[in-house]
Amino acid sequence: MKIELSVNGERKEADVWPGESLLFTLREKLGLPGSKNACEQGECGSCSVLLDEKLVCSCLVLTAQAQGHEIVTVEGIAEDDRLHRVQEAFVQTGAVQCGFCTPGLIVATVDLLAHRPEPSDDEIREALSGNLCRCTGYQKIFDAVRLAARA
Amino acid sequence: MARLIRTEKEVEGRYTEQWIVVDEDVLEQWPAGPLETVGRPVPRADGGQRARGEARYTADIKLPGMLHAAILRSPHAKARVRRIDTGRARRAPGVRAVLGPETGPLTDEPPYEGAPVAAVAAETSEQARTAVSLIEVEWERLEPLLDPEEAVRRNELIDEPNREERGEVERGLAESDAVVEAEYRTQTVLHNSMETHQAICEWDGDDRLTVYISTQFIWGVREEVAKRFGLPEDHVRVVCRFMGGGFGSKNGPGDYTYVAAELARATGRPVKCALTRREENLDSGNRNSTIQRLRVGARSDGTLTFLDGEFVNATGWDGWLASTGGPMRLLYACENVRTVEYGAKLNTPPMAAFRAPGFVEGTFGLECLLDELAAKLEIDPLELRRRNHSTHDAVDERPFSSKQLLECYRRAEPHWERRDEVRARSDATWKRGVGLASQVWYGGGGPPSYAWVRIGGDGRAAVITGMQDIGTGSATAMAQIAAEELGLPVDRIEVALGDSARGPYATISAGSSTIPSMGPAVRAAAADAARQLIEIAAQRYDREERVLSLKNGQIVSSDGGSWPLEEITGLLESGQILGKGSRGPNPTGMRVLTFGVQVAEVAVDVETGEVVVEKIVAIHDVGRVINPLGASSQVEGGIIQGLGHTLSEERLLDPSTGGNLTQTLDAYKIPTIADVPEIVTDLVDVPDEHLTNLGSKGLGEPPIIPTAAAIANAIRDATGADVRSLPITREEMLRALREASRQPAREEVGA
Ligand code: FES
Ligand code: FES
Repeated sequence: MKIELSVNGERKEADVWPGESLLFTLREKLGLPGSKNACEQGECGSCSVLLDEKLVCSCLVLTAQAQGHEIVTVEGIAEDDRLHRVQEAFVQTGAVQCGFCTPGLIVATVDLLAHRPEPSDDEIREALSGNLCRCTGYQKIFDAVRLAARA
Repeated sequence: MARLIRTEKEVEGRYTEQWIVVDEDVLEQWPAGPLETVGRPVPRADGGQRARGEARYTADIKLPGMLHAAILRSPHAKARVRRIDTGRARRAPGVRAVLGPETGPLTDEPPYEGAPVAAVAAETSEQARTAVSLIEVEWERLEPLLDPEEAVRRNELIDEPNREERGEVERGLAESDAVVEAEYRTQTVLHNSMETHQAICEWDGDDRLTVYISTQFIWGVREEVAKRFGLPEDHVRVVCRFMGGGFGSKNGPGDYTYVAAELARATGRPVKCALTRREENLDSGNRNSTIQRLRVGARSDGTLTFLDGEFVNATGWDGWLASTGGPMRLLYACENVRTVEYGAKLNTPPMAAFRAPGFVEGTFGLECLLDELAAKLEIDPLELRRRNHSTHDAVDERPFSSKQLLECYRRAEPHWERRDEVRARSDATWKRGVGLASQVWYGGGGPPSYAWVRIGGDGRAAVITGMQDIGTGSATAMAQIAAEELGLPVDRIEVALGDSARGPYATISAGSSTIPSMGPAVRAAAADAARQLIEIAAQRYDREERVLSLKNGQIVSSDGGSWPLEEITGLLESGQILGKGSRGPNPTGMRVLTFGVQVAEVAVDVETGEVVVEKIVAIHDVGRVINPLGASSQVEGGIIQGLGHTLSEERLLDPSTGGNLTQTLDAYKIPTIADVPEIVTDLVDVPDEHLTNLGSKGLGEPPIIPTAAAIANAIRDATGADVRSLPITREEMLRALREASRQPAREEVGA
């Protein structure tokens, strides 16, 4: 079936099958592989995107349900050439190692700061505990979120 | 002149001898401490690409006409295929090829759950998976061997048992004033890199193959794939530009690569074979579980009289015997040491290297044992370790190339002295305590590894090498090393890596070896280019070579003149200056090792058994530090993996069927940001003066090694309970507390 949705401010069309996940559509059909697939079942957060400004795991959303809705992926976070302050903070603090979890964490952090411009440590823990990272040990992710909040 | 020499090479603690060719001129090491770029924090060069979601991992690569593979895996731990019917799968929509068990590495006698039996290539991954579900198999189930102790009894072993002894344990026993004996157990742990194992294979004709793969060793994949398909190695190109974590599990090509290559050959199209998370947790390697029966004796002053250990590794169907007894043999000065290591061959998935394989497990046992001994002798645990400090490698009497462990202990003191203060914060429910553990590991790297440096007319430089950056930031470290030698700002250095067709041979990124193996080659290549720049500048500006140097992008003369580098390189227009460098040998007759100590502070809820790690201080000696930002990130990452190993992670098998019960990330608990304690990193940044032109050892593995024992020892300090089995779940903690309360003599400890 044909689906129409807005992705990073652009209108997109895709031909999808009924069970197709938004993550699959983004990665395989719309040329946006920034959102990562690390589990396909809602357990790791690496596929995080904003759906009508709400943080979701795109692997759990059916593309058919996104018909007519607005999606923002990691590719839509930066302002033109300049990194978004959250992206900049992740790079500067060393919060990126292999970077496979990073797109999901960036989107989740953007969402966190939209609701809580100055989050406490507990709020950071709460908000990002669904985003698994196997490399960094999370310490520098804390640093990144704090830095982005100050910026 | 090139010189041929025979040298020793070590990866993950396994030594081999080999011939290498080294260049004659040996560079002096730089002075210790932070330099212009080396030793200073530098954010990773490709961080922006990764943060924008623009980095293209193997998982993101789409080739024109690419098909997707799915694998039928054995649902049984041991079985035989009586009959297989792939007819319905072949006719399913989108399917382009089906391979049955007659094609290797597929098998009709799977020896463990998850072993590959059949495979499908289809237009989409969904279609391939659907087709796999349509393959009909009639199984004959066989009785699996799952118990490692039973396997040892039956002599079902992966290899000969490894027996090593120095001195005489019986003599040591006779000289002991105190003896402690205990059994420790560690669990099976899964790597769970965020990018699962995957490869794309594309044939060009029938004798050239390109492999895009998420790997820690481009050249190892090239060699093994070439061998398997009978191709000249240069006909195999291996590409890994961005890589989503490996931790030891991605050191070779793996069945999925061969499946992709076979399906690509059958269809004439590129084929991607990517493991799902469940497959990842079934069959991509693991840190095998261990049973360790250990004994230690000491005189009343704490001098160790003997160490004795029997280690049973549940290796699985394939793999190698991890060096679980290594820490016992290497860490302390003790004359009488005996270890025997068994690798049980079981109907369970093969183990794979996992960040300091063997040493993580063996250090847990050894360092807990030492604390139990300290309690018995009523000696301070830090003091006990100091008294048994070794000044040389007692295994073969070699001196260490460098060892700053006493300095690590000295720096640990203020953290260790917080014991009373931390314990005093205990209340009726929450008991607090402090524990420590030492670390020893390899990490010296070795030859061969090569790099080229290319300087263009614009005065920018490229480091070109066939190494991979598995996420640790080693590419940035290489840029820093080249920048230092060339006197260029680091942002004028490009590092081109990740492709066997575009750069020379480079080290495996395992065994903490990328920086110590690759760094010296990069420095040598940059020095070669720098020498040429100086020679050219001397002619152009009519100066003697010895008065010229490179600094801040300038050619500087000691008589006061300076010229931008581009002025010289620009003369050549499209011409380039090319430098080459290779990794020299490790110091002959010396043992290169890394050392460290970690101090943990914990709180234990004695009613529920909950353990909270509040702080870990990590002090490590890894020689010269290239990038403190990347280094502390490695330390933190290692500690958090260690924390998972200690408290929450465990692959559970159904004891009767051998079926994996923890295939998802819901069932298998890796730490989240909510679990993170305060971490303090302190690196003793003293170059190893005998090791290469750099003096840097590796850091990937050391930080995960002492974490479990430091936490367990802190728990003992807090509660008096001996936790001897990982993971320390609430049940395990409560069991240990119950046991401790039955031994009133120990109760006052830490009360
Ligand atoms: S891929 Fe969506 S949560 Fe893991
Ligand atoms: S940086 Fe590798 S998973 Fe987070």
